[in-house]
Amino acid sequence: MDALAPHHDPTVPVQLGTTIMAVSYAGGVVMAADSRTSTGVYVANRVSNKITRVAPHIYCCRSGSAADTQAISDYVRRYVHELSLELNREVNVSVAASLFRELCYRNKDRLTAGIICAGWDAQHGGQVYTITLGGSKLQQPFSIGGSGSAYIYGFCDAAYRPDMTRAECIDFCVKAVSLAMSRDGSSGGVIRLVCVDRDGVERQLVAGDAVPRAWQG
Amino acid sequence: MSSSSSSSKGGNGGGFNFDHHLRNQWITACLQGNADASTTDPVPNYARHARKTGTTIAGVQYVGGVVLGADTRATEDTVVADKNCEKIHYLASNMYCCGAGTAADTEATTRLIASQLELHRQAVGRARVPVVAAVNMLKRHLFRYQGYVSAALVLGGVDEWHGPSLYTIYPHGSVDQLPYVSMGSGSLAAMAVFEAGWREQLSEADARQLVYEAITAGIENDLGSGSNVDLCVIKDGGRTVEYLRGYAQEQVRTYRKPDGYAFPKGTTAVLAEDFRKYVQVRKVVSDL
Repeated sequence: MDALAPHHDPTVPVQLGTTIMAVSYAGGVVMAADSRTSTGVYVANRVSNKITRVAPHIYCCRSGSAADTQAISDYVRRYVHELSLELNREVNVSVAASLFRELCYRNKDRLTAGIICAGWDAQHGGQVYTITLGGSKLQQPFSIGGSGSAYIYGFCDAAYRPDMTRAECIDFCVKAVSLAMSRDGSSGGVIRLVCVDRDGVERQLVAGDAVPRAWQG
Repeated sequence: MSSSSSSSKGGNGGGFNFDHHLRNQWITACLQGNADASTTDPVPNYARHARKTGTTIAGVQYVGGVVLGADTRATEDTVVADKNCEKIHYLASNMYCCGAGTAADTEATTRLIASQLELHRQAVGRARVPVVAAVNMLKRHLFRYQGYVSAALVLGGVDEWHGPSLYTIYPHGSVDQLPYVSMGSGSLAAMAVFEAGWREQLSEADARQLVYEAITAGIENDLGSGSNVDLCVIKDGGRTVEYLRGYAQEQVRTYRKPDGYAFPKGTTAVLAEDFRKYVQVRKVVSDL
């Protein structure tokens, strides 16, 4: 055992020590996440993708155990796809969020998963749902999650406005996530963004050297 | 194992066996951080010291394929159990998989999935199966066992849908896809080499050299890794595989005593001789 690195000790799972967030605005949603995946004190992946596609217009931000959240989103992706074939139309964001809630609630004793499910649908526009560790589903205008979120609650409450445009939402997300990355040791790397609206999905990446730097002391 | 618990297995007439209770107590104490392993440890040695491959395994993607690499040391605690073991396992004709963790688990897991992949290939009637199929089978297997199957894998392969692809799969069932990866106790040394030397659009020769250097870094700087470098190159849309067993001998003995080690009789001093009194000593003259 002692010859093994911490990430091969079965008692130390791979964690998404994370900063994730999602913001809804009049026409859609913006999601953002850092890119650090850690096992103990080792960065297992410095360019990970924590914003995962569930359906063409629904994404989720994952935090907690990488294995658990990957497995959950695999299940939800499958259920949502099956449902969309059965209904012969796109599934609403709220339905996907309910599937996340169901899996997280029913298996809460076995999972470490903090998920933000967000997306756009024709009926309700851009929406953000938080799935808590205990398995409850909360709809919010914006949501932050992961270990890094503790550092930016104040900033987000102060800077959020309900009347933001898409560009303003992106700016808000990049500012918030970069602030969390600079204070939270288990968040870092690049900032990945996903924007979903009526016209579809756009992915953006803010490279490490382009991440805004606040006061550095 | 304590003598009291082992004697309860001795078969001298029934009674309860508290081995598992003692083991659970010990594990609980360990988790609380107050176990005194020397006195209260009732777990048999073989259970705690399974053969782990303290390992360096790595892989790199290049324009036409993937290169996988591994060292060849297997350890049991601090003892080198095998100086030239194989850590690059066959999964399918277009996929190979390096394993770190418990040797038995990596071996069993890759063999199981190799079998399922071949059945799947025949069921769908195609020449090759996509690499993501293997990734999904492996991650589901590992996730189901919640990390108790200690297999940390580097999976490389080429298929006609996605071209060359490289994944790491962790014991708990999480997956990463990256252009260069390393795993095992020597992964830090190997990753240092990658972070310094990797660039985009590597040629096959450069990719081989980079993986070789990464594994060598593990062999030289990690106690759990050692011996030789194995490489495996998968290319040409998955149609060509070069399995380079013993690509480099890193830790060859530079000096061997020419006449061997024959010691004259009497080199070891006899301090005392004693024969038990029931032992009969007879001189036997061979009639051969």
